Amino acid sequence: MSFAANHPASRDQAKVLNRFDITKRLVKRLKHDEAVIGGIGYTNFDLWAAERRPQNFYMLGSMGLAVPIALGVALAQPKRKVIALEGDGSILMQVGSIATVAARKQTNLAIVIMDNGTYQITGGQLTSTGLGADIVAMARGAGVAQSAWAADEGDFEELIDLSLREDGPWLIGCRIDREKPADTTERDPPRIRDQFMRGLGVKA
Amino acid sequence: MDTETPGMSWHEIVVDVLKRHQVKLVTYVPDNVLRPLIEAAHADPFFTAFSCAREEEAVGIVAGAWMGGVRGIVLMQTSGFATLPNAIASLAVPFQIPVLMMVSERGTLGEFNIGQSLVAKTMRPVLQALAVEHHTMTRLDEVEFIVDRSITQAVATQAPCVFILSPLLTGGKVFAK
Repeated sequence: MSFAANHPASRDQAKVLNRFDITKRLVKRLKHDEAVIGGIGYTNFDLWAAERRPQNFYMLGSMGLAVPIALGVALAQPKRKVIALEGDGSILMQVGSIATVAARKQTNLAIVIMDNGTYQITGGQLTSTGLGADIVAMARGAGVAQSAWAADEGDFEELIDLSLREDGPWLIGCRIDREKPADTTERDPPRIRDQFMRGLGVKA
Repeated sequence: MDTETPGMSWHEIVVDVLKRHQVKLVTYVPDNVLRPLIEAAHADPFFTAFSCAREEEAVGIVAGAWMGGVRGIVLMQTSGFATLPNAIASLAVPFQIPVLMMVSERGTLGEFNIGQSLVAKTMRPVLQALAVEHHTMTRLDEVEFIVDRSITQAVATQAPCVFILSPLLTGGKVFAK
């Protein structure tokens, strides 16, 4: 299809990006109080470092649940765009959730995968994406047709803009480096949840 | 004390109470005993009901929906509950999210599968260790009171709650070769 044809055909062909850099680029493009669910690990830490938006939710455990949590928010608030930010090791734990998103045809949901092929926070052990598994291809197989690798920084921004403008679901694969995160998320779950609910207008 | 509505089955009572409390989202990994409840949720436009690949996923969806302003419940059987301690201990409890869960109890009162009977024995110790409110429903006349009061409490105290459907209530799953 033409959508896929404009982007790298496989993980190998995507440029290796810097996680903090593209997280900042992502956050800068959010103009309509879009919700962002940060999975665990360095993906989460760099989201915290990029900007402490009240519409950001930071998981602290429950590895793999960024996509399900984002799907729940998207179901509850169909007019708001929701982004799940997840690592490669994490999405491999709940890869079935991509099929659930596809089956729901959740138009206001985008999944962004930060893929450096390692469980970086635990010492850099290889994940299966570091050994050849291709998350974008897996997502297409699960039924998320609008799945693509970001070719470079500019392409990443274009894909994010597209996912915010047009109906999804979307999956944007990002090959990233193994830089340390810029900060560490404050571990205060009730405060994170309360601020998030206020940011979504659920609590006054 | 509330009493049962004459002629209503346990699942009809549950549907009634869920609607009264605006519990609109039903995520599940299916189970035979839960079938009439699942079918009722699918048939009623009040509910959004769908199956998930794993119980953890179903809990994550209900947690997200709560933060977005919609109440939900996860349906599963005992073996599915055994996959949940991490999601309950690291998401629902610390973030203070009232995830409602209903578990069809296998592993007791005529279980024929040794895998089910062993895994079922982990459920209550896990719930006790996490100090999660849970009630086993054995009689038709207690279903409404337990579900109604416990949803009110879960929301008010921002805490998860588990409803266990005993075979004494549902008939359970009978041995079939």
